[in-house]
Amino acid sequence: MHMNILSCTAAELGEAIREGRTDAMEAMRAVLEQIDKTEEEYHCYVTLDREGALERAARVQRRIEAGELTGPLAGVPMAVKDNLCTAGMRTTCASRMLENFVPSYTAEALLNLERAGAVLIGKTNMDEFAMGSTTETSYFGVTRNPENTEHVPGGSSGGSAAAVAGKECFFALGSDTGGSIRQPASYCGVVGMKPTYGTVSRYGLIAYGSSLDQIGPLTKDVRDCAVVLEAMASHDEKDSTSVKREDMDFTAGLLEDVEGMRIGIPRDYFGEGISDEVKCAVLGAAECLREQGALVEEFDLSLTEYAIPAYYTIAAAEASSNLERFDGVKYGYRAPGEEGLHAMYKRTRSEGFGPEVKRRIMLGSFVLSSGYYDAYYLKALRVKNLIKQAFDKAFSRFDVILGPVAPATAPRLGESLGDPLKMYLGDIYTIAVNLAGLPAISLPCGRDGRGLPIGLQLIGDCFQEKTLLRAAYTWEQRAKSTSGRAVSRPGGLAE
Amino acid sequence: MEKTITDETIEYVSILAKLTLSGEEREQVKRDMGRMLSYIDKLGELDTSGVEPMSHVFPTVNVFREDVVTNGDDSKNMLKNAPGEKDNMFMAPRTFE
Repeated sequence: MHMNILSCTAAELGEAIREGRTDAMEAMRAVLEQIDKTEEEYHCYVTLDREGALERAARVQRRIEAGELTGPLAGVPMAVKDNLCTAGMRTTCASRMLENFVPSYTAEALLNLERAGAVLIGKTNMDEFAMGSTTETSYFGVTRNPENTEHVPGGSSGGSAAAVAGKECFFALGSDTGGSIRQPASYCGVVGMKPTYGTVSRYGLIAYGSSLDQIGPLTKDVRDCAVVLEAMASHDEKDSTSVKREDMDFTAGLLEDVEGMRIGIPRDYFGEGISDEVKCAVLGAAECLREQGALVEEFDLSLTEYAIPAYYTIAAAEASSNLERFDGVKYGYRAPGEEGLHAMYKRTRSEGFGPEVKRRIMLGSFVLSSGYYDAYYLKALRVKNLIKQAFDKAFSRFDVILGPVAPATAPRLGESLGDPLKMYLGDIYTIAVNLAGLPAISLPCGRDGRGLPIGLQLIGDCFQEKTLLRAAYTWEQRAKSTSGRAVSRPGGLAE
Repeated sequence: MEKTITDETIEYVSILAKLTLSGEEREQVKRDMGRMLSYIDKLGELDTSGVEPMSHVFPTVNVFREDVVTNGDDSKNMLKNAPGEKDNMFMAPRTFE
């Protein structure tokens, strides 16, 4: 019996394990061998637990054979972003502050997957405290994009996206506060979804912007995305923003059928700043869905240019508040040698946090300070309301909004950090989704002239993941059957 | 025009943020914050009078549950992460002079 395990999707591997064509240990050994070959170059992981992974795989295999684990992910090796707590395995948020932090409990989303038999390999690299768009702000060094190692994998869930693209896992978990799942998925040519706010429990996710953060899957294809989300989502009393949903059978959305689906293309997403190649590929995907029976129409979403300033105000404010807990007393780094409590706090935080984290804490502290609170923070929350209304209006006309994930493909390593504002502008198509709590999926739609993957983004109304999955699955099936053929010419979108 | 952030503002904000910024870092933060705030001022173009600040996208109500302890005593594990520990308690530097 020999099969090419690494080329399997998570669902295919799960099926092969259930049918006895391979087993959980063989799958884990295959993935660890791949890691031995490529990890030195890619650096997807912050923490790898080889022995523990094989032990966990063996335990899961025994339970599969005993008939206790029968689900689609039983025995499938997974990687987890290093801001999700793992009992007994260090969880660093890619920060010096948490370099030696070992949680005493496991994040609920991960527990759900472990209950389904998925097997943890290790923890993936990320931007420090999920603040960044390139995975270059990690305290543990950069991750390289397996599609082209001179380029960044995107961020902040860059290690997770690269691990999926580089076959160093079968699927991975990420978190998305302003695009941190979708953008790296786009840069690395994999599928990534940010579910509706409240769908996946945030219990055990180290908070950045609590009103925006949501955990989601990074996978090899759309089916895996639905399978992983279905296993991971749950109503959780330990997360007060967790939503009780009756419709979490996400795999039911895996239908190749967009007949009559109303798809809106926001003209605002194709204006200044977008690369021609990205525009062409994304509109090609829209044309393909039109050929499959979708009703595709352009419209003006409006307020797009206000999403970034509103987002960075709110995210920085929440970050400054959430990160107050890092005080060098209960866990994490403590600056040595300080006699007084207050001096210890200040030095601990100054030495424990990197420059991007400090920049956002400073901005957040400023916009929340008395005298500026109304003008900045409350103003941003009012604009957030207007942005939500703009989406509500759009979803009264359309089932799905279609656009790019990012204005361009992955930048080269070292190109982005010098100019933070420019880096923030790259989030223009992803952040409004978080402000409005919406679900959105990123999936591959071709490559640019340098061979770098381009991402297509589909945005749905709250709780409409299944509609998104249906459109995404249809596009993926069409793209597969016509692979080799260049994507069709873009529709008549006005310049 | 870009906002100029004064030394006094940086001093005040770093007290709120509990950060000590070194000379070079301080200048960088001053420049970055000035640029970001000038950019954020763009929100002023929008008339938001009569628009409610929206902190949560869904109508949120307080979530109650019975006040029953479900987790065990995990203090030993928790204290393993503490930078300073004494007699099963967190140890911190002197608070009062």
